[in-house]
Amino acid sequence: MLKLRDGIIELYKKVATSIPGDVEEALKTAYSNETEPLAKESLNIILQNITTARKTSRPICQDTGFPVFYVKVPKGLSHQLIKGMIMDATRIATNKIPLRPNAVDIITEKNTGDNVGDHFPIVYTEETVEQFLAVDLMLKGGGCENLGQTYKLPMVLDYEIATPLTKGGMGRVLAERDFEGVRKCVLDAVFKAQGRGCPPYTIGVAIGGAKDQVTFLSKKQLMRRITDTHSNAAIAELESKILNDINSLGIGTAGLGGRTTAIGVKIAAAHRHPASYFVDISFSCWANRRGRLIW
Amino acid sequence: MLGKQKGKINMVNPESEILNPKSLNTPLSKEDVLNLKVGDMVLISGQIVTGRDKIHKFLVHERPDKKDIPFELHGGIIYHCGPIIKKIDEKYTLIAAGPTTSMRVEMYEAEVIKTYGIRGIIGKGGMGEKTLNAMKEQGCVYFHTISGAAAYLADRIKSVRDGWKIEEFGAPEAMWLLEAEDFPAIVTMDAHGNSLHRDIEKISLKRLKEIIG
Repeated sequence: MLKLRDGIIELYKKVATSIPGDVEEALKTAYSNETEPLAKESLNIILQNITTARKTSRPICQDTGFPVFYVKVPKGLSHQLIKGMIMDATRIATNKIPLRPNAVDIITEKNTGDNVGDHFPIVYTEETVEQFLAVDLMLKGGGCENLGQTYKLPMVLDYEIATPLTKGGMGRVLAERDFEGVRKCVLDAVFKAQGRGCPPYTIGVAIGGAKDQVTFLSKKQLMRRITDTHSNAAIAELESKILNDINSLGIGTAGLGGRTTAIGVKIAAAHRHPASYFVDISFSCWANRRGRLIW
Repeated sequence: MLGKQKGKINMVNPESEILNPKSLNTPLSKEDVLNLKVGDMVLISGQIVTGRDKIHKFLVHERPDKKDIPFELHGGIIYHCGPIIKKIDEKYTLIAAGPTTSMRVEMYEAEVIKTYGIRGIIGKGGMGEKTLNAMKEQGCVYFHTISGAAAYLADRIKSVRDGWKIEEFGAPEAMWLLEAEDFPAIVTMDAHGNSLHRDIEKISLKRLKEIIG
């Protein structure tokens, strides 16, 4: 089992110091399409940073994030054992790579120094029929995590209190229980983010009937490849429409204006209770760091 | 250089024709700051200090005397950054050092600028009206640097000179004294009341009205 621990440490290293090929490709496309000088120069530096980090094995971003694990465990293997191994690997990886220690005790306000604390990292396990263990890791930045929003439809999107600029300028928008309402919620969240949390974003959305379920599902959509589209045609169309709308807002790379505010919108839908219609939105910064270990 | 060499990624450097960066050396004078305007690209050299959530809350609530702060803040630049720093052979080494979201210290920054004579803030995402007004009043600008470009930006810091509140606040939240060399940033809020962030919000609000209003 020592080898598995070492494998998880290597997974941390790979995810912290390099970004997936599909994300890098999307950022290169954004660079090619960009015409705003400040946004173009920012994408230029972002692409250089990706190269520098990979070459020197240093983290892409100083915020090495909140580690989130999605683990598929074959029948017969202890989930508790895997969780313990992830905690050990986290302590070693923090010192070795190094990662920034991000686990802060709510009561004492002390940083634990090793990225291990109560419910930190997040580890989700489920049983699989496969014969191998699959460990997926996302390093989720704090800045983009803070932009996440949950909406309960129907609701009124109120622009009278959103920002000093929107007061008197926009009024109220009704978001109903349909895909049009979902689209309005996502655009509302992106508008209110205003370039914070490091665009171009990847945006995860979940629609469903339970609050904990939609927050889990929206974040998990960030693990999907940028090129992936939903298997349901209506949802796939909604993903594409929302992405186009977001990119027409003109917020752009780093919020400096320009054509690419998001590189992907990924939606999940769960059956809902008749009384409830939740829409949850998770943001990833451009450095959508994810990876998989098969063992 | 942009657009001239197809497919080649160019560095931000003094030869950049379109953005034509201005070189700045810290500490900054009021005149230095008044000469800057929104959209200017700059390369910052000299000492800068980091400070994020805990440092700002501390400075405003505890109001430490200037003599109790080990670094000279007057005319200085505060960088909103929680770096990865490793102690190697008793020496602090910077591994990664990009900006953090500035808006979280909006409630504190105006007072920090006025009390300690700060001339520049480096961060990401911009700040609000309260800070913009304080900048106009005191002569201070906001430098936006590239979100998440932590390895690239760490290479523009020559050394870590010292740290303050390392044990108490933890390494990411401590105040670090850094020596910058040609550290790239863009002026997005100037001392004349202009804000690129406010302009972008206006543009996006107009479009939002068209598509959901």
